[in-house]
Amino acid sequence: MFGPNNVLAWATFLPLGGAILIVLLTALRYVSGLSKHALDQASRAIALCTSGLSLVAAIYAWSFYDPNAAGMVVAGKASGVQLVQRAVWIRGFNVEWFVGVDGLSISMVLLSGLISFVATIASLPWWSGAKDREMAGMVEDDGHAGGAHGGHGHGEAHPKHFSVRMVPGYMVMLLLLQTGMMGTFVALDMFLFYVFWEVMLLPMYFLIGVWGGPRKEYAAIKFFLYTLAGSVLMLLAIIGVYYNSAGASLVDGSATEHTFNLLELAAQGHAGQFASAAPILGFEFAKIVFVALFIGFAIKIPMFPFHTWLPDAHVEAPTPISVILAGVLLKMGPYGILRFNFAILPDATRWAANAIAIFGVINIVYAAFVCLAQKDLKKLIAYSSVSHMGFTLLGMAAMTPTAISGAVLNLFTHGIISGMLFLIVGVIYDRAHHREIARFGGLAQQLPEYTAIMGLAFFASMGLPGLAGFISEFMVFSGSFPVYMTYVIISATSVIITAAYYLWAIHRMFLGKLNETYRGFPDLNWRERLTLYPLGAIAIVLGFYPQAILGSINTTLHVLVQNVRL
Amino acid sequence: MEQLIGNNLASVAGFRPELVLTFGSIALLVLDLVLRRSRSRRALLAGAAVIVLGLAAVLLAAQSTASTPLFNGMIASDAFATFFKWIFLAAGFLTVLIVAQGDDYPSPRVGEFYGLLLAVVLGMFLMASATNLLTIYMSIELVSMVSYVLAGFRKSDRKAAEASLKYVIYGSVASGVMLFGMSYLYGLLGTFDVLAFAPKIAELSATTGAAGAATKLALVVAVVFVSSGVGYKIASVPWHMWCPDVYEGAPTPFTAFLSVGPKAAGFALALRFFLGSFAGPMGANGMAESIAGIPWPAVIGVLSAVTMTLGNLTAIAQTNLKRLLAYSSIAHAGYTLMGLATLSALGMQGVMIYMLIYLVMNLGAFLVVIVVAEATGSESIFDYSGLVHRHPLAAIAFGIFLFSLTGLPPFAGFTGKWYLFYAVIERASGPAGFWYGALAVVGALNTAVSLYYYARIIRAMFLEAPHVTDRVAPKLGYQLMLGAFSAAILVFGIWWAPIVEWSQRSMVMLRG
Repeated sequence: MFGPNNVLAWATFLPLGGAILIVLLTALRYVSGLSKHALDQASRAIALCTSGLSLVAAIYAWSFYDPNAAGMVVAGKASGVQLVQRAVWIRGFNVEWFVGVDGLSISMVLLSGLISFVATIASLPWWSGAKDREMAGMVEDDGHAGGAHGGHGHGEAHPKHFSVRMVPGYMVMLLLLQTGMMGTFVALDMFLFYVFWEVMLLPMYFLIGVWGGPRKEYAAIKFFLYTLAGSVLMLLAIIGVYYNSAGASLVDGSATEHTFNLLELAAQGHAGQFASAAPILGFEFAKIVFVALFIGFAIKIPMFPFHTWLPDAHVEAPTPISVILAGVLLKMGPYGILRFNFAILPDATRWAANAIAIFGVINIVYAAFVCLAQKDLKKLIAYSSVSHMGFTLLGMAAMTPTAISGAVLNLFTHGIISGMLFLIVGVIYDRAHHREIARFGGLAQQLPEYTAIMGLAFFASMGLPGLAGFISEFMVFSGSFPVYMTYVIISATSVIITAAYYLWAIHRMFLGKLNETYRGFPDLNWRERLTLYPLGAIAIVLGFYPQAILGSINTTLHVLVQNVRL
Repeated sequence: MEQLIGNNLASVAGFRPELVLTFGSIALLVLDLVLRRSRSRRALLAGAAVIVLGLAAVLLAAQSTASTPLFNGMIASDAFATFFKWIFLAAGFLTVLIVAQGDDYPSPRVGEFYGLLLAVVLGMFLMASATNLLTIYMSIELVSMVSYVLAGFRKSDRKAAEASLKYVIYGSVASGVMLFGMSYLYGLLGTFDVLAFAPKIAELSATTGAAGAATKLALVVAVVFVSSGVGYKIASVPWHMWCPDVYEGAPTPFTAFLSVGPKAAGFALALRFFLGSFAGPMGANGMAESIAGIPWPAVIGVLSAVTMTLGNLTAIAQTNLKRLLAYSSIAHAGYTLMGLATLSALGMQGVMIYMLIYLVMNLGAFLVVIVVAEATGSESIFDYSGLVHRHPLAAIAFGIFLFSLTGLPPFAGFTGKWYLFYAVIERASGPAGFWYGALAVVGALNTAVSLYYYARIIRAMFLEAPHVTDRVAPKLGYQLMLGAFSAAILVFGIWWAPIVEWSQRSMVMLRG
């Protein structure tokens, strides 16, 4: 029932099962007299359970994963891929249900499970007193008083909190999103990967568009159009790769003319299958496919100049969705680049490495400067994400073992830290209903616990030694230095700028004289503690013991880099 | 002479579904008179129409799919035609179901509608199997003539009258041009028999020098003229002008039918015409080359790119849902033309799969338009605001249809688009690959553009608060149909093996 050969399927489909259950319950409400309140509570409980179980499955997968095991044999070589489950999906089309994890995906599976669960907790309305609930806009009503049906706020002062608006729909979308994310990380069939990749789009669109802030419609469609434009290019590239691949066999042994099997494709790419393919549009096949795939993934990272959707999406999205967006969705970009571009098209990767590094540097430095100019705390954090994803780009492009391990570790640490940062923004937004840095002041006196957690997250993001962010940044810098000395020196200036914008924000928001408007604000409540403390703990533990993640990712990544550099 | 008659008599065995439709159509008109005073005439007439279609379906299922010429080569009976005939029967059947429940067609004249609808189905049957210029012309005219009447069915409705008139004018021009082209073709090739074209074209183009070039040019012009009849049916640029007005003015159930039935029939005819007569047999790699190197793929590819781009860009500005879907259907004709432009087995299969899936998703989309129009009396996008609160099922189903039309997985529209794109990419690594690659990129970008206007509807339904409070309460039958269509779209988005296998089996076409 629950074992190494199906744990990934459980991790992927438990949230989907929860979503279906909620849909059935909602349908039941129309038939029977199930009250809105009961339905809301049931949806929350189902979402918590299924997403929690999905996290359990992810942890189980992580604990089972053995970095030194030989794993599945592909093209006569041990690939290190484990926990494999395969079945033929559509025979006439050579697609398979094919999932498994290697060092590249195992940390992402864990991150995805963790962040999803944290986001689900953060989606609950949990507040101490009635007055505080009122203040946060979390008062639940049964749909009268013109609120729930229109999806619009019940007061002039501030709109109703997302956690009490159309709860079953929200939870269904959240769970579908979780299935899409987990599926994308575990899929090893190119077609399956694409399906999961696109499946993430719809729930994200609705989560931003329905439960978001004032400019939600604009932000949602911008996110959708950017990502879709990227993914249709990716689709063409995927078809091109498939058509130019050599034959392989399906799991039942039947031979095929072409293959969607990502491991098989990587082996073929390593052997030069795509370097020798006929040119397309007058360009070398491998290069044009590389560019098409890269743009598709770069939009997700988001890499300059495709980053403009991100601040809008973040600012308008409700807190848990921002957490997922920064914590998991952005990671799909680098993950895809490593899984597709690096593994399948090594020659083109060498050709493009320098350009990737330059874009990485632009991301790091440019976005850091943009952060300095932000007035909105959430926008500041959003741009800091853009800046930090630049480290991953730089580390990937350098292609030294240290740098690439740092790059992937950076995905994990940034996932944890940015999750924390967005939760922290959510805490203050729930209380004050605005995020303008300049309008706060002296919050440390009123909210000491919050200030402490905020300090931890900000310093972790800044890259203070002893916290998670430091290790990955340091590994990227030291690993890239021998290859791209100039770029590393330019990027290193961002460390100062980063410190500047964070410290300045702390200075303006938390220090000095308390702004009297905010006297009487409650400090952290248990919902917030449950989300912030675990992430904070991980940020500290990884600062001292990064081996917990590095141990499981190093082997695969070093083999990957070696294959590309050859 | 006796042989000719003998062949005609023998052919009747392969023509039974068409005969049922012919007599069924007449029978319904008679029945309409007989049941003039019956109380349950609506139900009885709908039942009769369903029975006729059902009988045709039974006979079609029983019929052999072996490739045989019928009536001395006037039409062909083969697996390819049968595939499309099923699409036409399904379109007719679903339209009857929609009309039977709705109030678009008033009871006194509904029998007339069913009778004429069956005649259109018959015309489409003939379009899918016509192998002679005469039958091609006749079948297109049969579909057109009856469609003019059905578009303007509500005589008192000014918009419907206008739609019908526009339809007639554009239609007559298109068929005039087509006839003109046919006269050229006959003059050049000396035969009406489409299947006998191939050797004659090869013979003609053997002439070298200026005379040869002139002949080739004449041939291209003639074929482009003949294509105007087809282009008009599938609503491709530059024969698309009638489409928005007619879609808007015609009663919605008939618009829905028009967008899936005649379009599929047009593609069936085009596939047979180009693959059967102007391209050589498919090689082992599943690709055919055009005879005498006439650049049909280029002509069709340019049409395809222009059609989808124009359709999508114009759709952005529409606020009337029927007009929006009209431009969207032009865009989809453009996507589907990509499959035709490849002149390959994959492209042919792509067109067949796409038309089948398009039938479900586009009929579904129009069904929601009907449902909302019955509640609010409006087809404006503004009246879709907050639909999810007013009727969740209709909104969610519409969402599924629209995302499927965009071509997002896990919906069936993605499956269809995948095959079309795959066919184009397959060609992109061969000779003239650059242009195929460019076509694929244009198609992909168009997909992103189309999302923009589909998402406007999604946004109105899910993201906006209702401007109007009319509760939408569709009839139970409509709800069941919406549920079934959505389920089909989801299932075929995840498990489309049956469609692929069926279309694979149906790719056998009678050749000369």
